[in-house]
Amino acid sequence: MKNQYPLKLSGLEPLLITPEINFVNIGERTNITGSKKFARLILNGDYEEALDVALEQVRGGAQVLDVCMDEGMLDGESAMVKFLNLIASEPEISRIPIMIDSSKWKIILAGLKCIQGKGIVNSISLKNGEEEFLHQAKTVKKFGAAVVVMAFDEEGQADTYERRIEICKRSYDLLTQKARFNPADIIFDPNIFPVATGMEEHRRNALDFFEATKWIKGNLPGAKISGGVSNVSFSFRGNNPVREAMHASFLYHAIRYGMDMGIVNPTMLEVYDDIDKELLERVEDVFFDRRDDATERLLEFAETVRSKDKKEVASEEWREASVEKRIEHALVKGVIDYIIDDTEEARLKYQSPLKVIEGPLMDGMNVVGDLFGEGKMFLPQVVKSARVMKKAVAYLEPFMPKAGDEGYEASQGKIKKVLLATVKGDVHDIGKNIVGVVLACNSYQIIDLGVMVDAQKIIDEAVRQDVDVIGLSGLITPSLDEMVNVASEMERQGLRLPLLIGGATTSKIHTAVKIDPVYSGSVVHVQDASKSVPIVGESIQESGKERFKEKVKTEYASLRVAHEAKQEAKQLVSFGDAVQNGADLTEFPPVVPQSLGRKTIEFDIAVLRNFIDWTPFFSTWMLSGRYPKILEDKVVGLEAKKLFDEANAMLDRIVSEKWFAAKGVYGIFPVQRKGEDVEVKAERNPSFHFLRQQGKKGRGVPNRSLVDFLSPNQEDYLGAFAVAAGIGMESRLAVFEKAGDDYNAIMLKALADRLAEAAAEYLHQKVRREDWGYASGEKLINEDLIREKYQGIRPAPGYPACPEHSEKVTLFNLLKAGEIGITLTESFAMLPTSAVSGFYFAHPESKYFGLGKIGRDQVADYADRKGISLELAEKYLSPNLAYTPEVKPIEQL
Amino acid sequence: MSNRTDLLLQTLRKKILILDGAMGTMIQRYQLTEEDFRTPELKDHPKSLKGNNDLLSLSRPDVIAAIHRAYLDVGADIIETNTFSSTTVAQADYGLEHLAYELNLKSAQIAKKEAIVYSERNPSKPRFVAGAIGPTNRTASISPDVNDPGFRAITFDQLAEAYAEQVRGLLDGGADIILVETIFDTLNAKAALFAIQEVFDEKSIPLSPEEGGIPVMISGTITDASGRTLSGQTTEAFLISLSHVPLLSIGLNCALGAKELRPYLKVLSEKAPFHVSAYPNAGLPNEFGKYDQNPEEMAKQVEAFLKEGYINILGGCCGTTPDHIAALAKVSEGYAPRKITFQTEPNLSV
Repeated sequence: MKNQYPLKLSGLEPLLITPEINFVNIGERTNITGSKKFARLILNGDYEEALDVALEQVRGGAQVLDVCMDEGMLDGESAMVKFLNLIASEPEISRIPIMIDSSKWKIILAGLKCIQGKGIVNSISLKNGEEEFLHQAKTVKKFGAAVVVMAFDEEGQADTYERRIEICKRSYDLLTQKARFNPADIIFDPNIFPVATGMEEHRRNALDFFEATKWIKGNLPGAKISGGVSNVSFSFRGNNPVREAMHASFLYHAIRYGMDMGIVNPTMLEVYDDIDKELLERVEDVFFDRRDDATERLLEFAETVRSKDKKEVASEEWREASVEKRIEHALVKGVIDYIIDDTEEARLKYQSPLKVIEGPLMDGMNVVGDLFGEGKMFLPQVVKSARVMKKAVAYLEPFMPKAGDEGYEASQGKIKKVLLATVKGDVHDIGKNIVGVVLACNSYQIIDLGVMVDAQKIIDEAVRQDVDVIGLSGLITPSLDEMVNVASEMERQGLRLPLLIGGATTSKIHTAVKIDPVYSGSVVHVQDASKSVPIVGESIQESGKERFKEKVKTEYASLRVAHEAKQEAKQLVSFGDAVQNGADLTEFPPVVPQSLGRKTIEFDIAVLRNFIDWTPFFSTWMLSGRYPKILEDKVVGLEAKKLFDEANAMLDRIVSEKWFAAKGVYGIFPVQRKGEDVEVKAERNPSFHFLRQQGKKGRGVPNRSLVDFLSPNQEDYLGAFAVAAGIGMESRLAVFEKAGDDYNAIMLKALADRLAEAAAEYLHQKVRREDWGYASGEKLINEDLIREKYQGIRPAPGYPACPEHSEKVTLFNLLKAGEIGITLTESFAMLPTSAVSGFYFAHPESKYFGLGKIGRDQVADYADRKGISLELAEKYLSPNLAYTPEVKPIEQL
Repeated sequence: MSNRTDLLLQTLRKKILILDGAMGTMIQRYQLTEEDFRTPELKDHPKSLKGNNDLLSLSRPDVIAAIHRAYLDVGADIIETNTFSSTTVAQADYGLEHLAYELNLKSAQIAKKEAIVYSERNPSKPRFVAGAIGPTNRTASISPDVNDPGFRAITFDQLAEAYAEQVRGLLDGGADIILVETIFDTLNAKAALFAIQEVFDEKSIPLSPEEGGIPVMISGTITDASGRTLSGQTTEAFLISLSHVPLLSIGLNCALGAKELRPYLKVLSEKAPFHVSAYPNAGLPNEFGKYDQNPEEMAKQVEAFLKEGYINILGGCCGTTPDHIAALAKVSEGYAPRKITFQTEPNLSV
C-alpha cells in the first residue's frame, strides 16, 4: 500500500486516520439539510436541544461531526458561529473533530474561526475555476484544516469514471503544487449517485465510484475518499429494508476499494452478513452492473419486502392516552422524550401556560408527591420526575405573562417561594439540592442561592424576591453557629418568615436550644428531605401557620427545659481527674515507619471505585439499608439496583472520560507527646491539641483522648493526610445543572464524595502496608476495610474523637495541602467539597470514640494550650460544651 | 536574513540550544516604581502603568538590555524579546493600544543589539532573538461567562489583527524567530499563526525555514496534571492543531515544573515532525505563589528528559534566573539534541 500517510485531525483529542482504521463514521444529524429535526430546532432557535443532537451523535459513535447550516431562512454564518461556540463548551462533543459543511464560502470561513482543533472543510471544488479554488485552498491551509474536494469542475459534476479521475487528478496537482497543500489533508468526494433509477446512463453509477476510488488511492498519494452513502439508495425511499441492505453492501464494497470515511446513518444500516442472500445478490448485481435486468429484478424483489419497522420500542401504548394522562405518565415514570410536545399540546388546549402548570403538570407532580409520601416512589425517581417538570416549565416560561401583562399579578401570587442556601463558610449542598428538588415537585418555586452564602445576602434576596420560607443548610459544625447568626440577623432586621434548618450536623435539640430563642418567627428543624414538604406546607398555610408556630415554639421551649435539666444531671469529672484516668497503653513500642515526610499521590479512579463504601451512597438518596443486601431488599431493592447500575455507568464514564481527578497528600511525622498536646518534629514544630472525655466513667474505663495512643515519653509517629476527589468536575456539573438535570448533578456529587472516602480508605491501606509498614502482610477485602478490621485509626478533626475543626489549619499547613489544591474555608470546611482529612494512629489498641461533653476547666486549658481566647475556644467547641458560656450579645464580626 | 536562519538550523543540528529564563522575575529584582514605567509622553497618563513590564522597553531600555546580557552571559543562545503582552488586546488594560507596534519594534531592537554584540565577540557561538508573542488575556474558544457558553470576549479576527501588528513590529525590529508562547487556548495560537502567514505573505517571506523563512516556534501550556491545555486539548491534539505551518519547533512552557512536564514532552518527542522545545517553570509555586526550585534541582529534573533525547531547545519560564539558565546550559552540554526522524508527509519529489 502506497497510501500510508495518515490524516491527522483533532478536537480536544486526536483522531488519526490510518489504514488500520477501517472506516471513519461522520455524524450527520447536525446537518440542517439532512435532518428535519435539527432544522426545526435551529430555525426555532432551540440550540440547547440541537446540542443534544450533537451529543447523541458522539455517544452513538460518530468520530467526526458534520455541521451544516445551509438553509434559506437562516443567517447561516451566525448560526454556524453560535452552534460551534456552544459545541466548544461541551467537552464531550468537542472531543471529536468538526466538519464544517457549507456550499457558501462565507459560512466556511466563519466556522473555521471557531474551532481550535484541526477540522475538515466540506467542501471546495473547481466549479468556479482554478483561481477561486486555489484561493480557497490556501485560506483553508492557513487555518490548518483538511479539505473535502468535490469531483466537480467548470463543466459540472463528474458522473463517469473518466471524469472523476480527471477532475480529482487536476485538483490534486493544483492543491499539492500551487497551494502546497499537505496531500494527507486532501479528501475527495467522487460523488455517490443513486442506482437502479431505470435510466441507462446510471447503470455504472456505483461501479464507477468504486473504480474511481481505487484509482485515486493508487495514483494520488495521501488522498482520502469520502462520500454520502444514503444517496445510493435514493430510488428506494420508503422501503427501508432494501435501503438498509443497499447501504450495508455499498459500504462493504466501497471500503474494500479504498473509501476512508463517509456519512452514514447508523440506524439505516443492515449488518452485511444478515442481508437476505437473494436481496444481496440483486443489490450487488445493480452495483456491479452484472445483468441487463439487474434494476428490474431488484425492484421486483423490493415490492415483496414488507417494510417492517425494526425500531418498535417497548410499550408505547401510553402515547395513545389523553394529553393529561400522558403528562402524568411522563412525570411519574421520568420519561423526558415527549414532554415538550405534550406540554405544547396542553398549552394550546388550555390556552394559558399558567393553567398548564396548575393543571396537568401540577396534577402529575401531586401524584408523584403522593406516591413518594406513601413510600411507593423513591428519591432517585422523584429527582427524575423533577427533571421532566423543569423541562416542561422551562418550555412554558417564554409564554408566561410578563410584568405589566394582564394576569401577571395573579400568576405571581399563586406559587409559593422557598429560598434555600448553604450558610457562609460551608460548601456542602447535596442535601440542600435534594430538598430543593423535592419541594419543587410539590409545586414550590425554589430560589437556590448556592453555597457559602452570607447572612446579608440571604436576607436581601428573601426581601427582594418576596419569599415565603427560608431554608438554611450546613454540614460542618461551625455552620451551626452561622445559622444562629443568620437567625439573629433576621430578627434584628425585622424578618419574621418561617426559618427551616437542615443538614447533617443540625439537630432538633440544637435548633431548640440555640436558634429558636434568638428568632421570634417560627424556626423548625427538618430531619430529612421527605419531611420538608409537610413542614413547609404547615408553616406557610394561611389558616394554620400561627397555630403551627405556637406548637413548634412550645415544643422547643420544653426541649430547652429538659436539656437544661439534663445538663445539671450530667456528671462530669474534673479535667485533672480525667487526665489521671487516661488510657494507659505504654507497653507498645512505637513502630518506626519505612518512610517519613510529606508525599503527594494521584489516585487512579478505576482502582478507587473498588474501595467505595456504598451504604452511605444509598442513604444520600434516602434509600436505607446496607449494601449489598439493599439490592435485594423487598421494598427498595428494585430502585436501589437501578440507582446502583446508573451510578456504575457514570463511574465508567468518570474513569474513561476522565471527568475529574482525585489527589492526596500525606506523610508520617516523628512526634513527641507533651501532656495533652502532640508536637510535630517538622518545620516550626507545630502542635496538635487534643481533647479528653470528661464524663464520669465506670471502674476500669478510661477517659480517652487521642494522645493516649502515642507514647508518653519517647519519640513516636503520627500520620496525617488530606485527599480530595471531584477535582475539575465543575464543568461537567455545569452541563448537568444548566440542563436542569438535578439527578445527574446529585449523582456526580454523591459519587465524588464516595470516591473521596474511598481514596481515604485506599491511602490508609497503602500507608499501613508500605509507608508505615506495620501491616505489610495485611490482606483485607473491601468489606473488612469498611468494618475497620485493620490495626490503627484515622480520626478526622471535626469528628467525634477530635471535634474541633480549626485543628485542620495546623494539619493542612503541615501537609501543605494547598499545594495540591485542597484548602479550607473560613469555617474550616474543605475545598473541593469532596475531601477527607485526618490523622493516622498506628497503635494496636487505638480506636474511635466520642468526646462527649466537656467542662469549662478543660476548655480554659485548651484555649491556653492553643493560644486562643476562652471565648473563641467556646465558640469552636460549642457543640461539646457541658455548660452554657457566659451570655454575650450574639453578634459576630 | 536568511543566512541567520541557516546558521540557526546548523546550530540546532549540533547541540541543544539554550533559551533564556524569566523576564518578570528579573525585573522584580530592580524594585522599580511607577515613575520607571513612564516615558515623558506618558507622564500624565491617567492609568497606573506599574506592572506593565513590556513598557520598560520604552521607559527603561537599560534595564531590559541588562537582563538580556545577564542571560547571554550565562550562555543563552536565544533571548526572548520583552513583548509577551505587546498586543493591542493586552495593552488595552493600560489604555496603551496605540503603542503596540512601537513596543515590539523597540523590544526587538534592544534584544537584537545585544545578540549581535555577543555574536561578534564569539562568532562560534551565534546568538538569536526570538520575538515573543503571548496569549493575550482573552480566550477565543472559552466563554468568560458560565451562564452564556456561546459568548466570546474576543473573536479570531480581532486576535489575528492584533497579532499581525505585533509580528510586523517584531520583524521590523530584527527578530530572528517568531515565538508564539504560553498557549492556553489553541484557537488564539491559530489566530497568531494565521497572522504570521498573512504578514509573511505581505513581506514575501517564505514560510519554511528550510527555504530561508523566519522560523516560527510554538510553545503551549499544559495547565495541570490532566495533561490538557486550558481549552481542553491533549498534547497530541494540540500538536495536530498547529502542524499546518512548517514550524521550527513545538514545545511546552509555564504552569508546570520540569518534572511535571516530562510526560507531555515525551508525547511531543515521539510525534512531532519539528524540533521540540521546553522551558518549564522553576518547579511548582509554593503557598505564596513563589517559585523556589533551585538551579541544581531544576537541572537535575531536566536531565531526566535530556537523557531520553526529547529536547532540541531548552530554557526556563516563571521563577528562573540566570543561575538556572547557567545550570541548564551546563547540564545540556552532556547530551545530544533530539533527532527528528519523522516524515509524515509523502515526499512528492521522489
